[in-house]
Amino acid sequence: MVAGGFGVGKTTFVGAVSEINPLRTEAVMTSASAGIDDLTHTGDKTTTTVAMDFGRITLDQDLILYLFGTPGQDRFWFMWDDLVRGAIGAVVLVDTRRLADCFPAVDYFENSGLPFVIALNGFDGQQPYNPDEVREALQIGPDTPIITTDARHRADAKSTLITLVEHALMARLR
Amino acid sequence: MATPPGGSSSGNWSYGPAQGHGDGSSNPYAFPSVPHHRQPYAPQGPGPSPYDQPPAPRIQPVQPQRRTPEPAPAGATNNPLVRPYAMTGGRTRPRYQLAIEALVHTTAQPHQMQGQLPEHQRICHLCREIKSVAEISALLTIPLGVARILVADLAEAGLVAIHQPGGDENAGGQPDVTLLERVLSGLRKL
Repeated sequence: MVAGGFGVGKTTFVGAVSEINPLRTEAVMTSASAGIDDLTHTGDKTTTTVAMDFGRITLDQDLILYLFGTPGQDRFWFMWDDLVRGAIGAVVLVDTRRLADCFPAVDYFENSGLPFVIALNGFDGQQPYNPDEVREALQIGPDTPIITTDARHRADAKSTLITLVEHALMARLR
Repeated sequence: MATPPGGSSSGNWSYGPAQGHGDGSSNPYAFPSVPHHRQPYAPQGPGPSPYDQPPAPRIQPVQPQRRTPEPAPAGATNNPLVRPYAMTGGRTRPRYQLAIEALVHTTAQPHQMQGQLPEHQRICHLCREIKSVAEISALLTIPLGVARILVADLAEAGLVAIHQPGGDENAGGQPDVTLLERVLSGLRKL
């Protein structure tokens, strides 16, 4: 899973490593999801769609990795729950100029127990804060990797994914 | 789970040509043009076909009616907009909980596709190369939940094979160590 606030570069990140152009799937939220989301004040509107971009990496003849960017609207938790099951882990992309945007994602993954790494996406190639400062600001424990990345570049995105899978593996072996 | 679910289906619940045993006159679960009244909601998990049971309204209609419900004409209406769950007969849940990344590929011969719904045919056509449920949804521009139901239909009819992602049931479906190692190795080789 690739999570983070609106406009933080999730789809860019997915596109950088995906072998296909990122695709978009939509889930229709209907009255079946009443109770999850409040639709009572939207009048005639009985459905809401939530879009999710994703990409694919074929790792072996019989092994395909899918990268799902979580829906930008954090309130669609039901989609996140859907994605968490079977997921290897999550990359939480962070724009350090808007640090608070990543709080919901960090909270979510801390609660769900899914291994995650925090990747500081350097806009304009700048990294105004170093990982230690961000760790302090986010109150992230020492076990969770915090790295810098550039979501536009394949090598950076790939290296971020490797860090995540290593972290997930360590978490499983621990 | 790497096999198509429910190979020994007792339920004849595909939308193919009506050939059901004991359908009787009403065959209430032929593909309805508008999903109201009866909701052929399939309970989770394998079991006897719910469609053989007397229709009990298990859930409310997915799409609240804006107008007074009126019996839908059997034929197509002039309205070009098909509500998303119309093509699933109003069902909002598949019989099997397909993962969004579950892989699907067609096992059907072309002649088997005759009489299938267009959406089913399109999925089979697409899945000559292996595709995930997410890709089916995206490439055919059908909502994810609908794609899940249609794929489950096809699996039930034996027209596609589904490869559900492996997972360690003891760890909440999280990938096991072997899989993680393979992914890591694969990523490093990219």
